[in-house]
Amino acid sequence: MRQITKDFPGVRANDAVDFKVAQGEIHGLLGENGAGKSVLMGILYGLYQPTSGEIFIHGRAVAIRSPAEAIALKIGMVHQHFMLISNMTVAENIVLGFEPDGYFWNRKEIAQRVAQFAAEAKLPINPEETVGQLSVGAQQRVEILKVLYRQAQILILDEPTAVLTPQETEALFRAMRALRDQGKTIIFIAHKLKEVLSICDRITVLCRGKLVGTEDAGATDESKLAEMMVGTKVVPATRIGEATIGDRVLEVKDLTADGERGERALEGLSFELRAGEILGIAGVEGNGQTELVEVLTGLRRPTGGKVFLSEADLSGITPRTALDYGIRHIPEDKRKRGIIPGFSVKENLILGDHCRPPFKGRFSWLMERVIRRFADKRIEEFQIQTPSRDTPIDSLSGGNQQRLIVGRVYGHQKRPTLLIAAQPTCGLDVQATRYVRQKLIELSDQGAAVLLVSADLDEVMAISDRILVIHNGRLHEASKRPSRQELGLLMIGGREDE
Amino acid sequence: MTKEETGRGDRPTAIENQGSRLIKRAIRPLVAIRPEITAICAGFLVGAIVVWVTGHPVVETFYHLFRGAFGSRIAIGMTLTRATPIIFTGLAVAIAFKCGLFNIGAEGQLQVGAFAAAWVGIALPPMPPVIHISLAFAAGAAAGLLWAVVPAVLKVTRGAHEVVTTMMLAHVGILLASYLVTGPFKDPGPVPQTEWIASTAQLTRLLPPTQLSTALFVALLCAIAVYLFLWKTSPGYAIRAAGLNPKAAEAGGVPVARSIMLALLLSGALAGLGGAGEILGVFHRFIDGFSPGYGWTGIGVALVGRMHPLGVILAAVLFGALRAGGGTVARAVGVPLDITVVIQGTIILFIAAQRMTEFLWERRRKK
Ligand SMILES: Nc1ncnc2c1ncn2[C@@H]1O[C@H](COP(=O)(O)OP(=O)(O)OP(=O)(O)O)[C@@H](O)[C@H]1O
Ligand SMILES: [Mg+2]
Repeated sequence: MRQITKDFPGVRANDAVDFKVAQGEIHGLLGENGAGKSVLMGILYGLYQPTSGEIFIHGRAVAIRSPAEAIALKIGMVHQHFMLISNMTVAENIVLGFEPDGYFWNRKEIAQRVAQFAAEAKLPINPEETVGQLSVGAQQRVEILKVLYRQAQILILDEPTAVLTPQETEALFRAMRALRDQGKTIIFIAHKLKEVLSICDRITVLCRGKLVGTEDAGATDESKLAEMMVGTKVVPATRIGEATIGDRVLEVKDLTADGERGERALEGLSFELRAGEILGIAGVEGNGQTELVEVLTGLRRPTGGKVFLSEADLSGITPRTALDYGIRHIPEDKRKRGIIPGFSVKENLILGDHCRPPFKGRFSWLMERVIRRFADKRIEEFQIQTPSRDTPIDSLSGGNQQRLIVGRVYGHQKRPTLLIAAQPTCGLDVQATRYVRQKLIELSDQGAAVLLVSADLDEVMAISDRILVIHNGRLHEASKRPSRQELGLLMIGGREDE
Repeated sequence: MTKEETGRGDRPTAIENQGSRLIKRAIRPLVAIRPEITAICAGFLVGAIVVWVTGHPVVETFYHLFRGAFGSRIAIGMTLTRATPIIFTGLAVAIAFKCGLFNIGAEGQLQVGAFAAAWVGIALPPMPPVIHISLAFAAGAAAGLLWAVVPAVLKVTRGAHEVVTTMMLAHVGILLASYLVTGPFKDPGPVPQTEWIASTAQLTRLLPPTQLSTALFVALLCAIAVYLFLWKTSPGYAIRAAGLNPKAAEAGGVPVARSIMLALLLSGALAGLGGAGEILGVFHRFIDGFSPGYGWTGIGVALVGRMHPLGVILAAVLFGALRAGGGTVARAVGVPLDITVVIQGTIILFIAAQRMTEFLWERRRKK
């Protein structure tokens, strides 16, 4: 790709970027949120037309006007947000648009073919399952298989690991290496420098739409890359001094709940959380953390047990009441639960507070001026990169959408009493991650209770005062300063002393 | 301005730039509604072909179509008369759609609303016109709303799809109104119609001899009210949020079920108001079959108007103009009125094809 420039109204997303990838390599693409990574790849995949610049593939100049043309050129992309149709089966999703001849397809045969294809690609999957019921890691495999099924030689993976557990990430990396060894080319976008260094052959860094440079992975290290990205060194967020633990805020007693498929997801959880405390809940995706968060935020009815918030019984409340009690929520699946597509940045920022003063005035009127001032404040505070507060949220970069979601929970005036943060830094760049973690610590210092649910051990270990591990719907307490090994073992159901 | 001052050396280009920027700004709204323009052009093109194939003079037909719609005060009055009820039903469909709901039963809500308004116009004792008219409109709205209660409740409690329920109830409503006017409320005589409503319940005519009445103002007020409600109030915000992403809305404290109820009920009320406006303004009595399908047309109006009140008004005027002009064409050139249906249908089809694929796709993905 040569001298690629892309302008959107109000922003230049790419500015004369030269980007070269060699066949058969895994090429990392790094940059802060909004640096233009997704847009650059979108241009390669035919989603956007560059304002200027050219694309060459195997030395031949090509014009890619649509994803269909990109697919014809054997380019495939797995998006930052999955684009699967969740009420269709795995097999249907994979062959969609590339069905075998004949209008009526034979389900069995297709399922068989997909299963075989998946096995060959070393990405095992059950083709009969409905996509909506799969874990994120499995959905990811489906996305990749879908791209491979279209015979892609160049694969673009946009932040594939942001939502994965360490185990799933490892599995993905194995598959990626296998694909490279088959001669395929992979472009890999991620924010975790460790990951990028461990899997990539070469790494390109973008900063504010401009190319900074390309390095061999062997010839660089984390701090060098971080410097290329942001121009300065980044210090990790940690709590300075001891946490001041106050009264009990949340008490959960023998909580049970069912999952999406009616199976028992929570098997009697009990724990408590005090003011000023950050409680980390670590665990492999699908062990009940989603259900736990949903029960606490009122999105799911528990089948048994009790939840108390400062002595008030909150078992089986509605999300609205939870908000009234000052329970705020950074949802795990931000596309599904976090943002309203089609709404502006401003409108998304008031979600949850739209129904109470000062945003809601007399006769339920929305107080435009207050809302504007609030939106501008949050945009500045959380450095949400957007041309304006009235920009539709869909045109923000993934990381900036996440910043908005995090910024939103720091309500208007009232700080939350209990913040439930599921993967709060998913998709954020190094600096924003640090900022959000610092914010969580700050919030707990101000007396809020924070429940941090994350599959990312580094995150949980970095800022939690206490760590619980969730496994098969049960909680296990870790020791005071647990090691990675100890947590890792607990997460797969073992105990160190066993 | 600033550009001109700073760029002294290259003045002409600066001015040129500004000129092109002005042009760009002027055509931006046109670019934004490109799909609608394409669809309208396609509609007229298909219409022209049909006229030509059936052996009628094309140019003359379109001349009379335009003349009949906008050529005189009376023509304009006719156009706006036709536009009035479909502004109401268009708004009805749009407000439901903003909550992700397809109220395709506006016709039934309109008919029961019309009958209720007629009944109030006939049965109540003499009273000042303002009160009588307000009561009649209120009755129309209430009846329309009532007709949306069952689909709304079924949707919220049982998840019954509103397309099925509103459609079924539409037929019930149409047949009920028809039964009432051929049976218990029939005025003596050959025609199934009620007696005249009291003069105190009749709306003022704006452009006699056309039937254009102050119902148009009520429709425009409703459009403004719908706009303000949806975009400037908290429950309106909730309705739009629930329509765009119910799961995120729910997590954000939006009572999704309540928003669905509210949107569907308001939708029914708006359609009912449309029926009331026809009775109080145009017919002054309930006549069986008075509506040539304003409720169904409302779906097209809302679709072409992008579910936005302003768009609904514009689309309703367009469709009203087609109807009004169609009458003139039939008289002047002998092309049957159906030609306007062809044009209207093509426009809707073109837009629906684009819009529906987008919508269904989104919906599927959200699930
Ligand atoms: N469809 C769009 N319309 C308008 N602006 C856009 C659009 N898509 C992206 N942008 C803007 O382009 C810039 C680059 O966005 P991009 O999505 O490429 O960032 P990114 O590097 O992928 O960031 P992240 O790490 O947050 O995903 C952002 O400022 C964004 O607001
Ligand atoms: Mg991105």
